[in-house]
Amino acid sequence: MTQNKSTAGISIKNLGLSFGTTEVLKGVNLEIEPGEFFSFLGPSGSGKSTLLRAISGFGPDPTGSIKIGGEEVTGLPAWQRNVGMVFQSYALWPHMTIRKNVAFGLEERKVSSTEIDGRVDDALDLVGLKHLADRTPGQLSGGQQQRIALARTIVVEPRVLLLDEPLSNLDANLRVQMRRDILALQRELGLTTIFVTHDQEEANTISDRMAVLDKGIIQQIGTPVELYDQPQNRFVASFLGTANIIEGSITEGHFVAEKDFKIPVKTDLTGNIYLVIRPQSVTISETEVTENNRSYSLKGNIEYSEFLGETVRYSVLSNGHSILADESHLRGNKIVANGQDVWIEIEKDQILLLDR
Amino acid sequence: MTVKASSGFLSRSNFGPKALAILIALFLIMFLAVPVAKVFIVAFQDPSTGSFTLINFVDFFKTSLFRESFWNSFYVSSVSVVVASIIALPLAYFTSRFNFGGTVIIQTLGIVPLIMPPFVGAVAMQLLFGSNGSVNLLLDEHLGFTIPFMEGLNGVIFVQSIHYFPFILINLSAALANIDRSMEESALSLGSNGMRLFRRIVFPLSMPGYVAGASIVFIKVFDDLGTPLLLNVNNMLAPQAYLRISSVGISDPMGYVISVILVIFSLFAMWVAFLALRGKDYATTQKGGGGLMKRDMKPAEKFIAYAIVLFILAVVLSPHLALGLLSFGTIWSYSVLPDAYTLEHYVEVFSSAGDFIKNTLLYAGMAATIDVVIGTAIAYIVWRTKIKGRKILDYLAMSALAVPGVVLGIGYLRTFYQFDVPFKDIPLANYWLIIVIALAIRRLPYAMRACVAALQQVSVSLEEASESLGARKMTTVKRIVIPLMTGGILAGFVTSFATAAVELSATIMLVSSEADAPIAYGIYVFMQSAAGRGPGAALGILAVVIVALGTYVSNRIIQKANQKNAMSPDQH
Repeated sequence: MTQNKSTAGISIKNLGLSFGTTEVLKGVNLEIEPGEFFSFLGPSGSGKSTLLRAISGFGPDPTGSIKIGGEEVTGLPAWQRNVGMVFQSYALWPHMTIRKNVAFGLEERKVSSTEIDGRVDDALDLVGLKHLADRTPGQLSGGQQQRIALARTIVVEPRVLLLDEPLSNLDANLRVQMRRDILALQRELGLTTIFVTHDQEEANTISDRMAVLDKGIIQQIGTPVELYDQPQNRFVASFLGTANIIEGSITEGHFVAEKDFKIPVKTDLTGNIYLVIRPQSVTISETEVTENNRSYSLKGNIEYSEFLGETVRYSVLSNGHSILADESHLRGNKIVANGQDVWIEIEKDQILLLDR
Repeated sequence: MTVKASSGFLSRSNFGPKALAILIALFLIMFLAVPVAKVFIVAFQDPSTGSFTLINFVDFFKTSLFRESFWNSFYVSSVSVVVASIIALPLAYFTSRFNFGGTVIIQTLGIVPLIMPPFVGAVAMQLLFGSNGSVNLLLDEHLGFTIPFMEGLNGVIFVQSIHYFPFILINLSAALANIDRSMEESALSLGSNGMRLFRRIVFPLSMPGYVAGASIVFIKVFDDLGTPLLLNVNNMLAPQAYLRISSVGISDPMGYVISVILVIFSLFAMWVAFLALRGKDYATTQKGGGGLMKRDMKPAEKFIAYAIVLFILAVVLSPHLALGLLSFGTIWSYSVLPDAYTLEHYVEVFSSAGDFIKNTLLYAGMAATIDVVIGTAIAYIVWRTKIKGRKILDYLAMSALAVPGVVLGIGYLRTFYQFDVPFKDIPLANYWLIIVIALAIRRLPYAMRACVAALQQVSVSLEEASESLGARKMTTVKRIVIPLMTGGILAGFVTSFATAAVELSATIMLVSSEADAPIAYGIYVFMQSAAGRGPGAALGILAVVIVALGTYVSNRIIQKANQKNAMSPDQH
């Protein structure tokens, strides 16, 4: 199978969608480049699967516009969109052999039977399961079914490939392997791909760019690193990784929160603010440390600790606020006891301030 | 009991269940396996010498009446499947494809026919659809032609189709509801749609359900004795078997040959259903959203759909309507409706047919009790013990499904004619208790399935908790398992009771005096004479009420039990 020449970008403008009176998507705007690996990340009920299904032509009619390769597809039925969709449940037809399943889309396109044979073989080769061609889906493991579902979709050379939580039914080890395989396949085919997941590790490792969704709204679009380092709002900051988020306000060059929590900050922002700091940017010390060029210092007291293997996560109560601090763990390191007085250091350039 | 002798090889903890298993096995062998085996033996035996022979089968196929009966039975069963499919298909299609307001009516349609045994309505149907029935009188008067709905085999086909189509409707609807939406969506996104998508995806996926339902209809019609008898269609297999035995006598081999053919066809239809379903567990629904895509109907489509559904409803309710009219009518002959209405028939039924009702309640009650006791015991032995050969009990009990009532009746007559009832000077075959046993054997598979379902809802951990707190096996069964199974057992009891109350085919062979006869036999006897039709219909209405009440009660019990189980934390 060769590089896909017909792959297309996707352009979504002001898309809205409702189930009855419930709005599930609101004002979605999105540009996906041809050949890009793009992810929709969000909690369940965020609208990510609904958005994917709207692109493939399922679900209620949306308002706004969806263009694939410059062609407006809203109003087109699914079978005329040439959009490849891989379902969460794989949706292999149990009454057909693997070969029949994979050949289905080509038969619908009235491809000649000799060509079908060749292309089905190629597609099965691509996913490494040619030897299973004459089995039925029930005889295959979950991982194999997943590969067949992929083969069945890409064999018709769709303009874009849509994957709806494709790894969620696989066990942990297989999931890591499959996501590498999917990415390799996507790179080989150069096929514009959208991957829906609620698992941030999956999205981070596989995506060129991704969109974080919540409550039917795209919260932020960017590369995984951009989203992690520069979250634009509280939701993105807390959804990607772990963050200490403290509500407060800017008063006279200081960030001030309840119960005398106060640190000096340099910012143009005014009024109500979230202060965001990742646990790995906070260090604890059993001996007193003072503020220096690099970091602020606060006195506190260990509330509890969680041993996570590579790190130990401490919760430190300081001026009425619980602050998480991750310490990397090396063999023999002792864990600081609960109730112990400690000093925490917060690295100045790791502090992020967000408008509330 | 030879407790001491057997305790040597039976371990202490398993003694109770093992003894019970042996007792049940003996019961099933004596009242199911031996009589059926006897029928087979006689069919292959030379009547004079007693040696093995195929001559009876040769004689059977040499006789033109039997050949005709054979083809008629085959023809009636096949065409009934076709007609039942024609009724069921649009109904299943409407509910699974559309957001259709008439779905409730369709669900009702799936139950209503089953609460009236087909033979009960058969005579009444003649008055509505026969050559001089209401419909044809109206057709003749206004349009100048008639339709032979009830002529000969047509009548049997018509009555059986509108009675048995729910088996196809229920199985097909279940199969369609089990197809996950993604099955269809993936085909859509690969470029398929419309009829092609239906033909390549939806149809093959729902096929196993359809075949299962169709094979049930085929067996039921092929085996049925009551409907052809009441419609006076005697050139079919089951009526021939009955007539040979009841007129020529129990030594005539033809009844046995026919019985063997009936059993073989039952097994064949079951085998076809098994093949259709084997390796095709197509239930593809995922958690959450299941079923095919549904859309709203356009006004014109809605009109057509309602017209079809209401038309089918009218046809399906016609036996009930006709029976009701007949039971309240004075004289109903060569007229669209009865001449006048009266309560006389009901008065007559209650004054003279009290024995029928009493017998029915007694027989069906006893049969249902035997069924749930044996059903519960088999369920427990098969699913909760490790006794060797326990599966045999299950198979033995289920094999009753393949034995038509006529065959069981003939087997009993032949086998138990030689046994006298203790302390009474009559053969067991003529004693009323044999009717109870026949009913119990016939209904056992259904009752047992209900008991197994109930047991499977009781988690093993609940039993283990009881045992770890010091309760013995018997105590655990008594205090934990049985109380938790109560809902399912009751439902099994009621279903057994309601269907046993109107069973005719085995009963008609075994009733030796009218004083011992149940309601189904009474209806049959009344319907034989023109004067008896009114009271017969009143008795029929009574039977329908018993079955309807039974069905309603068992549904309520199942619902209640489900609610209770839904609340138990064990489900999570």
